[in-house]
Amino acid sequence: MDNLGRDSAVLRPSSWRGAVLLRSEYPDASPICGGTDLMVDINFARARPSGLLDLTSVQGIDSWELTDGGRTVRIGAGVSFTTIIEKLSGVCPALAQAARTVGSPQIRNRGTVAGNLATASPAGDSHPVLMACWARVEVESVRGPRLIDIDDFFVGPKRSALAPDELIRAVLIPAATGAQQFAKVGPRNAMVIATTSFALNLDVAGRRVGTGIGSAGPTPLRARAAEQMLEEAMADRWDEPGTVDESLARRFGALVAEAASPIDDVRGSAEYRRHALAVLGRRCLTWALADLSREAAA
Amino acid sequence: MTVTDTSTRVATPSTVIDGVGASATRPDGVPKADGSFVYSSDEYHDGSLWGVTLRSPHPRARILGIDTSRAEGLDGVRCVLTHRDVPGSATYGMKIYDQPVLAFDEVRYQGEPVAVVAATHPEIARRACELVAVEYEELVPNTDPERSLTGTVEGLPGGGLARHVRIRHGDVGAARARADVVIEGRWEMGTQDPAFLGPESGLAVPLGDGGVELYVSCQNLHLDQQQVADCLGLPLDKVRLVLSGVGGAFGGKEDLNVHIHACMLALRTGRPVRMVYSREESFFGHVHRHPAIADIELGATRDGRLVFTKVRLVLDGGAYTSTSQVVIANGCYFAAGAYHVVDVEIDGYATYTNNPPCGAMRGFGAVQSCYAIESAMDRLAAELDLHPLELRMRNAIGEGDVLPTGQPVDGPAPVQEILSYLRDLPLPPDSDHFAADMRARPGGVGNVTRGEGIRRGVGYALGMKAIGFSGGMDDTCTARVTVWIRDGEPVAEVYCAGPELGQGVVTLEAQIARTELGVRTVELRDKDTDIAESGASSASRQSWMTAGAVAGACGLVRDEILARAAAVLGRFDGELTLDGPEIRGRDGRPLVSVADVLGPESVSHAFTYRHRPTEPVDDERGQGNAHVAFAYAAHRAVVDVDVELGLVRVVEMATAQDVGKAMNPVAVEGQIEGGTVQGLGLAVMEELQITDGRIRNPSFTDYLIPTMLDVPPMPMKIFEFPHPDAPYGLNGVGEPPNLSSTPAILNALRQATGLELPRAPVRPADLISPTAPGDGGAGLARADQQGDPR
Repeated sequence: MDNLGRDSAVLRPSSWRGAVLLRSEYPDASPICGGTDLMVDINFARARPSGLLDLTSVQGIDSWELTDGGRTVRIGAGVSFTTIIEKLSGVCPALAQAARTVGSPQIRNRGTVAGNLATASPAGDSHPVLMACWARVEVESVRGPRLIDIDDFFVGPKRSALAPDELIRAVLIPAATGAQQFAKVGPRNAMVIATTSFALNLDVAGRRVGTGIGSAGPTPLRARAAEQMLEEAMADRWDEPGTVDESLARRFGALVAEAASPIDDVRGSAEYRRHALAVLGRRCLTWALADLSREAAA
Repeated sequence: MTVTDTSTRVATPSTVIDGVGASATRPDGVPKADGSFVYSSDEYHDGSLWGVTLRSPHPRARILGIDTSRAEGLDGVRCVLTHRDVPGSATYGMKIYDQPVLAFDEVRYQGEPVAVVAATHPEIARRACELVAVEYEELVPNTDPERSLTGTVEGLPGGGLARHVRIRHGDVGAARARADVVIEGRWEMGTQDPAFLGPESGLAVPLGDGGVELYVSCQNLHLDQQQVADCLGLPLDKVRLVLSGVGGAFGGKEDLNVHIHACMLALRTGRPVRMVYSREESFFGHVHRHPAIADIELGATRDGRLVFTKVRLVLDGGAYTSTSQVVIANGCYFAAGAYHVVDVEIDGYATYTNNPPCGAMRGFGAVQSCYAIESAMDRLAAELDLHPLELRMRNAIGEGDVLPTGQPVDGPAPVQEILSYLRDLPLPPDSDHFAADMRARPGGVGNVTRGEGIRRGVGYALGMKAIGFSGGMDDTCTARVTVWIRDGEPVAEVYCAGPELGQGVVTLEAQIARTELGVRTVELRDKDTDIAESGASSASRQSWMTAGAVAGACGLVRDEILARAAAVLGRFDGELTLDGPEIRGRDGRPLVSVADVLGPESVSHAFTYRHRPTEPVDDERGQGNAHVAFAYAAHRAVVDVDVELGLVRVVEMATAQDVGKAMNPVAVEGQIEGGTVQGLGLAVMEELQITDGRIRNPSFTDYLIPTMLDVPPMPMKIFEFPHPDAPYGLNGVGEPPNLSSTPAILNALRQATGLELPRAPVRPADLISPTAPGDGGAGLARADQQGDPR
């Protein structure tokens, strides 16, 4: 017997189809891939799943590919944060930056975006970027596959739209077409859970602004008013952003802060989180516009 | 006699490899690096059961009943024990037996042990704990130390007051009239956790004779043995403790943890029992550094000479005494800092509350008082418009100056030298934040700034502390050294119970034997209670005491070898010297080998070392020659602060310290770096957050300790002014760097932000400058005005 209990089973499918079937057959078995969240809970006796559905041997989920004519990156459920940093910093710069802030090197070697999603913590480091990039989550069950828009994915603290018989197979993220930023505040300079975090995506091709807020609400959030305000302000300057407008950046930051609904907890006060988001919103926009201007000039 | 008297009769140091003063490698270094080292959590015995502790979920509650029947019925459970099963003393403690082995009438802190279970698997034991039905009547916890110090709180021992320490020297009232400038302030410090990586753990093995053997990680085998035996109702000789691998302690393993519980379970079941606390449990299973409130008033002349110092220090000891009365005394002894000031009034209070128990932690009260006085000194420097370093140099204590306790400072007191090093050391260059790697900026990999909002600050602090046990304690350390011949060469075995916590006392034991006996091979015997006591690895005393004992025993062994050689050779033994495998005459010629002298026999001697006697201070005025020796260190901190986000990057921590003699220079550097980093953690991140007696962050997810990216370069100057009373002239090293690190960083942060920062550790919200642009110039309102639950 181990911490899982006397009757626990470890299911080890080697194919995706096998995994989907087992998921349906044993809905109480916790899927595990990196194990960087689940094993902490098990080791602290906070979780006692009746079984584990081990996805580490499933063929084909540990790779990524460009699809949709190079416009979308499809990241398999088993792709580690380390791989994202090493291979995807060009097409998904904000995601790669978020991946750099995840845990320690050992955790980044094991942890995955799909695991982040499955845990659905508002503090998941990749979530603000997935929000800002309008990612879609590719899930599958015996009932068939479906795509869940990221805006529909998070339904509460550590609760997602994933059905009990579904598994996350991949995450689809549009490749960056403009400038992206991700910034995360924590009281330690590495290996820290976010006090709050912010992602910004200036999608030049789509003439769209995407945002994502982490650790400042029951779920990852989108700063819609900030996005709309900036889209209007950018309407005639996507291709020639020009110099960074200080008051625009400040208004943007204030709208980002307004979109948050943080609480006081052991990692920081609600007030500090709002304040920090205003600063991060302003700084990220300033950097992103500067990046765009540099590219436009080049 | 000092131990080094006979050193003229040992080989010249040049022929000794890895002797005293060399950076000899640790005997446990490679095993610790390759994973083969046996920590106490690795101890294993065939057929062992697992012990798990049931702890109180409440900070204060009356126990109305405990029903263990359902737990006992669980398959795999071998026994469930409560207070009814404690065979001997119901309570234990380092100074006062006031902490229940298992709670019997009331639980007084969250996490207090109520029952223990032995089962065939740890998970079965954990589930059995959940089946123990404890009926509690919850009571309102007393958590305010300011209330407790009045001594009138019902439900707390002494009405809440554990000890009031009074120190009176000179006449503060009269001195006040001479002061041109008076500053005052209140400085507070949160609760730091020792955060050792090796959790509390051990293995108890029942013996056929009704006794028990306990393999455990701890800081003082013999004091633990006494408490365990008393609580088990066994004579001392039926309780044998063996030191297992200790994965760090910092004071947090001076109190008992698994000891009595594991032994009770082993004796009841007749089976060996392993216990290992989980990380979360560990935060409830050991004492913390006392949180502090310090009120200080300083008077000075216009030219920056201290005229008087007045301190009121409150340390909350939590639910049980542990070492609180001694910690508050030590905090008070050094509350006036390393400064010469005649007119001093110090009042220190250690309190009881229903907060988690606090006790020993590296620095032992002097960390809190150093933080407070060094914060006050910076405020005074600002008031006088003097450079903070200049103010410190004008008032630095020196040899012959009299402490507030009336004891003259003897031994080297090179405070001017220490401060001069920091004054003369060039400052690190300004960071080019736009060009630099983000890891060099505040916020690190979080990518929060490209230079926006960053301000630099420089801060200084000086610390002083006693080395060894103060206040009249007859402190001893015994070592046995045995020499015999193996393959024609003398081999020495050192046997001493001084616990190796990671600090490297085992390395020193071997170095001393090599130096004193000239041997190449030294074997270190397991540390246990079969030899007389060594005292605790605490108070920065173990190198001093162990060196005295081992060198003394080596001296006796050497004398006997030379006496035997003299008999063989028909000479006076005074003519002979021992040089490794050879015995040489006056002219240095080898006369006979040690192998020929000893043959198959061994030579073995024990030696008990004592430091010079001290005396307790009196209750009324706190006067007395209480201390063995003093040590000094200072830091200069350079910080970058993002004043919009309140994030910090410590850029550099320069430090200087007098160590008397660097017995092992690499180990000394390691201690200074480690102490500095532990102080850095206390400055900017390490706080056990406690609300209404409950710990809110009992995990390494939320109790943060510095990572590699938080630790800056540490330029360092190690002074070696030989201490006249100490073996080899050494002085204690481990605690002094922990004192001044924290206030140096706080002072640097104050300089960078212009904020008062009255509380450590600082949190990001505390550091946001009202004048920083932030989210529109308003800054963030202070957390304490927002009903923040701290």
